[in-house]
Amino acid sequence: MRSSDRLPAGAGTRLVVVGHGPAAARLTEALTAGGFAGRVTVLGEEPRAAYDRVALTSYLSGRTAEDLTYPVPEGVALRLGRPVVGIDREARTVTTADGHAEPYDTLVLATGSSPFVPPVTGRDLPGCFTYRTIDDLDAIRAACAGARAGVVVGGGLLGLEAADALRGLGLTTHVVEMAGRLMPRQVDEGGGAVLRRHIEALGLAVHTGTGVREVVAGPDGRVAGLVTSDGETIEAQVVVFSAGVRPRDELARRAGLAVGERGGVVVDDGMRTSDPAVYAVGECALHDGVVYGLAGPCLTMAEVAADRVLGGEAVFTRADTSTRLKLLGVEVAQFGAAEGALDVTFMDPVGGVYQKLLVSDDARTLLGGVCVGDAAPYDTLRPFVGRDLPAAPGELLFTGGPADLDVPDDAQVCSCNNVTAGRVRAAIAGEGLTDVAGIKSCTRAGTTCGSCVPALRKILAGAGVEVSTALCEHFTHSRAELFDIVRVRGITTFSRLIAEHGTGRGCDVCKPAVASILASLGGGHILDGEQAALQDTNDHFLANIQRNGTYSVVPRVPGGEITPDRLIVIGEVARDFGLYTKITGGQRIDLLGARVEQLPLIWRRLVDAGFESGHAYGKALRTVKSCVGSTWCRYGVQDSAALAVALELRYRGLRSPHKIKSAVSGCARECAEARSKDFGIIATEKGWNLYVGGNGGFSPRHADLFAADLDTGGLVRVVDRFLMFYIRTADRLQRTSAWLEQQGLDHVRRVVLEDSLGICADLDAQMERHVASYTDEWRAVLDDPDKLRRFVSFVNAPQTPDPSIAFETERDQIKPVLIPLEATR
Amino acid sequence: MTVLHETPPAAPSGTPPAALSGTPSGTPSGGPPGADTAPRWTPVCAYTDLLPERGVCALVGRHQIALFQTFDGELFAIGNHDPFSGAQVLSRGIVGTRGGSPVVISPMHRQAFSLATGACLDDPAVAVPTYPVRLADGAVEVSAP
Repeated sequence: MRSSDRLPAGAGTRLVVVGHGPAAARLTEALTAGGFAGRVTVLGEEPRAAYDRVALTSYLSGRTAEDLTYPVPEGVALRLGRPVVGIDREARTVTTADGHAEPYDTLVLATGSSPFVPPVTGRDLPGCFTYRTIDDLDAIRAACAGARAGVVVGGGLLGLEAADALRGLGLTTHVVEMAGRLMPRQVDEGGGAVLRRHIEALGLAVHTGTGVREVVAGPDGRVAGLVTSDGETIEAQVVVFSAGVRPRDELARRAGLAVGERGGVVVDDGMRTSDPAVYAVGECALHDGVVYGLAGPCLTMAEVAADRVLGGEAVFTRADTSTRLKLLGVEVAQFGAAEGALDVTFMDPVGGVYQKLLVSDDARTLLGGVCVGDAAPYDTLRPFVGRDLPAAPGELLFTGGPADLDVPDDAQVCSCNNVTAGRVRAAIAGEGLTDVAGIKSCTRAGTTCGSCVPALRKILAGAGVEVSTALCEHFTHSRAELFDIVRVRGITTFSRLIAEHGTGRGCDVCKPAVASILASLGGGHILDGEQAALQDTNDHFLANIQRNGTYSVVPRVPGGEITPDRLIVIGEVARDFGLYTKITGGQRIDLLGARVEQLPLIWRRLVDAGFESGHAYGKALRTVKSCVGSTWCRYGVQDSAALAVALELRYRGLRSPHKIKSAVSGCARECAEARSKDFGIIATEKGWNLYVGGNGGFSPRHADLFAADLDTGGLVRVVDRFLMFYIRTADRLQRTSAWLEQQGLDHVRRVVLEDSLGICADLDAQMERHVASYTDEWRAVLDDPDKLRRFVSFVNAPQTPDPSIAFETERDQIKPVLIPLEATR
Repeated sequence: MTVLHETPPAAPSGTPPAALSGTPSGTPSGGPPGADTAPRWTPVCAYTDLLPERGVCALVGRHQIALFQTFDGELFAIGNHDPFSGAQVLSRGIVGTRGGSPVVISPMHRQAFSLATGACLDDPAVAVPTYPVRLADGAVEVSAP
């Protein structure tokens, strides 16, 4: 590759990129990273910047265009909605549709491809779509609103994605595939049969070995159905063509650049076209007779071109087209060669698993493989393609092979970003990486399609990275391990736990963590007996400490719904005790500036008016926000407020590794911001969609769709299990977002939805115990003179307020007079 | 500095002599003024008012004193003022051990302070005052200057 002494490269060069898709985005990023000193102008056809097409379908399940959009490096001039219509290679200019001529010294074509639509009658009728852009998806979504059934033409990778999308939009879905099986490029006949059974079990109709004869219109002139080439008529209001793509080479063709017989701009190993001033990258490029439609090779081409522009000598070689993906919940993977001298097949028709390894005639060298239903062999074996097998092929398929498979250093683990195992190992050792997130940011491995993440985890483990999970100096266990010890051994006190399993007398890390575990397992009031000494000051005074040593009071307002009478009580209490009053982000009211000895007096008034603790001070459920929902809102489709109230009352007081926030939105407009919550619920026409792992705070994260169209009972059961599994297994102070990333969304889904660990009955019972044993912590304190006695500023002067606390007035309310710092130095 | 209620400790150099619990050796607060070295003891609460590993605060003159009883029953008294936040809150911290020695951890910004010496273990330049404390006839007494 390029040596660094050539920098700065490209000074004064005008580089123009035609098209702004993933390959163009990677090109500009690589140029910027390489210190390109010239001017980069990108002319994009679409009205929006490049976005991740691999994740396109997730746009329909809630990810926004912004989520999918790649960042544009600083200094790159991006002009969107400016399609290029001509190239003048002599004058070295390109002309955009609006007549503007843009001069270049170096031109890069990244025009991508266009969907192939077979030339059949009716293919342009309203209701016919392709599946490539965000605009396509918007149009499909709109058309599906009034439709009953849809047909996808093409049963390849993208066709099944489109079918998944139609199904998700509520349509009866058909797939028509010309070849004799689904995904003919990735799987063989045996795999195709297993895949078909999976797809049909989901309610999709599969028609293979047949094409489209015509699309027929109804009386309204819109699509009413599709006739297959063997004469069958399928009723449908939506038709999506996904029968392959064609490289967009028309600009190059008109400009006299060499193009392939079947399309594609001819490029050499350095991505240069027949004109040395013009490069082509991505799906429009034809390299060594091949046009690539996979993200990995296209991104590699962009990097090679960038390196060449910067004066380097990178070459593009025939790319690995291995695929691993999950379509309609079915894992499908293909790697290496499609044919070999010998094959070893594992087939489990009941479990719907098909796995085949292709090996050399001496059965020692791995040539390739196909997996349907369970792609685990892809993770472990793909790096061994072209090498000696690490064990007998049968053993590898039946038992998964030896646990400690050592991937050779020069084997590629991430084909999207061309990262070898050696590079990952070097990054782990050199940068002291301890997790997959670190590997991603350091090497880019796993950042595009994510299929190599399990392999990255193995390398991490194999590198002997030992991340200490010890809670603190007093316990060598992780929080999850302590949780199990407490649960299984029935330990009810910190003293016994630390005597039997720890050392010393604890600290501010392990004591609250153990207090939380005891509380999660139904340990009674958090201030009972020895537990009182485990709580941090917030839990100890059931209020949140503020910077001047006063506390805040937050009564629970379930779902944010409050009667005028109760609102008045809060106002009166705040006025009578002179508290600063603020509306919180969780749809309740924060009263600040209370001294310790005022807390019971304040709560006496609140409890008498029917309020209870809001647990704003605890690592526990905080609030379940809501919008007004279908009761009032003209857009609402479900009663979000009622569900929010019910959920908040169900999970109130539930102690957990960190705080838990929730929200319920009554329609897809999402006014309650449910997707920024630990668990968020968005109403659908059919029920509720549950999202999990959302977060605001330091590292904002949009929640992932966990389960769709649940009825209320089903939703509650799933949330019960999700929360209890989180409480059992998360680290201390680990929000659901980080926990979910660590566990993996699929794993948590399997545990919660499919009971893969066989613990759901236990989780259910644990939640039932919590719900049945809930009592209001503040009412219990008010009823207990021993606990009440602790609410004093001074043990020897219970009536005396702390003289160091003082207030002044700002905007008609109190604010603390801060005490000057006088650290004893 | 601390006063044990079970075993006589070696008095740290430069500090007033320690006393055994139940054998008050100093002059109770309000008593006749004694020699300069004799502490003036102020009873602040009953021993049974204290929960193990949970502090309380006593107001003695203008001094706010954080009082602690560790798990093995030992008594400690240090200043309640948290030098990092300026708030009077050290009595509300979690009590535990660091490297085997008793500490309280500030509820504000989580620095650990030695109960025995008042030294901040996370910032050697910072310390809080300590006060003599003893048990006299079931009462906890502290001595503030």
